[in-house]
Amino acid sequence: MAIKQLTVFVENKQGTLVSVTEALSKHDVNIRALSIAETQDFGMLRLIVNDNETAEKVLTEAGYLIKITDVVGVKIGDAPGKLSGALSVLDEKKINMDYLYAFMSRTEKHAYVVIRVEDNAATEKALEEAGYHTITEADICKL
Amino acid sequence: MAQNYYQKEIETMPVEEMKKLQSEKLVKQVKHVYENVPYYRNLMDEKGVKPEDIKGIEDLHKLPFLTKADLRDAYPYGLLAKPLDDCVRIQSTSGTTGRRVVAFYTQKDVDLWEDCCARAIVAAGGSNKDVCQVAYGYGLFTGGPGLNGGSHKVGCLTLPMSSGNTERQIQFMTDLKATILCCTPSYAAYIGETLKEQGYKPEDIPLKAGIFGAEPWTEEMRKGIEATLGIKAYDIYGLTETTGPGVSFECSEQTGMHVNEDHFYAEIIDPDTGEVLPEGSKGELVFTSLDKEAFPLLRYRTRDICVLSRKKCSCGRTLIKMAKPMGRTDDMLIIRGVNVFPSQIETVLLNEGYEPNYQIVVDRKNNTDTFEVNVEMTVEKFTDKVSEVLAMEKSLANAMKAMLGINPSVHLVAPKSIARSEGKAVRVIDKRKLI
Repeated sequence: MAIKQLTVFVENKQGTLVSVTEALSKHDVNIRALSIAETQDFGMLRLIVNDNETAEKVLTEAGYLIKITDVVGVKIGDAPGKLSGALSVLDEKKINMDYLYAFMSRTEKHAYVVIRVEDNAATEKALEEAGYHTITEADICKL
Repeated sequence: MAQNYYQKEIETMPVEEMKKLQSEKLVKQVKHVYENVPYYRNLMDEKGVKPEDIKGIEDLHKLPFLTKADLRDAYPYGLLAKPLDDCVRIQSTSGTTGRRVVAFYTQKDVDLWEDCCARAIVAAGGSNKDVCQVAYGYGLFTGGPGLNGGSHKVGCLTLPMSSGNTERQIQFMTDLKATILCCTPSYAAYIGETLKEQGYKPEDIPLKAGIFGAEPWTEEMRKGIEATLGIKAYDIYGLTETTGPGVSFECSEQTGMHVNEDHFYAEIIDPDTGEVLPEGSKGELVFTSLDKEAFPLLRYRTRDICVLSRKKCSCGRTLIKMAKPMGRTDDMLIIRGVNVFPSQIETVLLNEGYEPNYQIVVDRKNNTDTFEVNVEMTVEKFTDKVSEVLAMEKSLANAMKAMLGINPSVHLVAPKSIARSEGKAVRVIDKRKLI
């Protein structure tokens, strides 16, 4: 099923993050999760939002470079050891991750992990079979 | 200081006699080119000039110019004036839009080039008692081979170091007591700084003179190098199209470079009209090879902005002097001694599937040129993985290195982030402030 992630190419310049987040808030786009990867020259702002269409439109119009990627979202319990349990499933299946980041839900006592892999379907299948619940776009909107 | 000359008769020849020699050589050369280079013959025919019209050096202005574009169009053999059987060497430099300039030499051409370099070494105080360390690059680049040959002719003990490996340079310099260093001025400054860091004082360094060229440098840089190395630093000028280093060289007066005008006749022209300007005017420098056999370029426009002077020189040489070039009439950059045209960067970007939105930033840090190329990321290329973007930067840098011969540091930047002035992007930012 997978969920959509928006990646924004941002330069390491003062004010960039403010202008990206302001543009989103003006159009009522809510950020569910966020992570930044940075190098010496540039950064990559990765976002999970409640309204991808609007976010993409707004940021593209503002001149940002956007890439939408399917990533795996998995629900895990908010307790020690839960993350390592989910990761060990991937490890056993020899699924390599490019990166991951986590966020908490406001409404339920759950943590969510966003995982970037080559094969989303295989990853989701492995997690589901091990008893984990992977989330969909519809879930993101409800969170 | 007693003056030594490598070829005294030529170097101190009275001006009128020199003019006669140049005239004789030119008449022969024009005939040779007209008969053997169809490309130039066509240019002459188009202009309605026949070899018979050239009776002396005063008729030179009647001949058509050659430009870098001609070299590109005639690549590789179009300007060759001798059968390949008679050629013994090529040297090469990068050209516009990626096509290299290839120059051919007969043994006689190599000899006269090396003579020119020998004159430069002797003018810098060199003799067979000297140990000459050549730290210019060897290979297609003319710096190493030219000075190496000149050093042999003078009879110096020659250390053919090539550029780089500074530790080894210093080891040979100190162990074998090198007295003359030949390299780019920025590399000389770098070697000097390294020696200083290692605790060497100027008086501990065996060098007495340096012959530095292939890139622009300032008087301040000269003073700095002279102080750190405890030497006298001499400028040398040349270009592959004409022959290589040694087209002109500095003497002890250090007030401009004597042109080896028995081989290379210098003119200053108005770059817009092509009109020859009187001595002392600032304009574009044009060279005519008077006696090279294989690659005899007539009226080659160097794009260097320069001034010529016949003012009497205290060294006794009567050879006309040229000032340090004051700029270019085109957009060529010289980075770490290598010619770089922005159009070459553009070619690489188009080849690699990028938009030609880029900016070259050149600076000089710790006496070495820094060379950065900022390239705008495209929608098609953008990915969410940092490793892939870094790999894209690396592969662009490799493609540029393959094109230019020097390694830039490439940065992918956001679209439309490259500064545009009045709608036109600023392609080159040169922070070196050399002139």
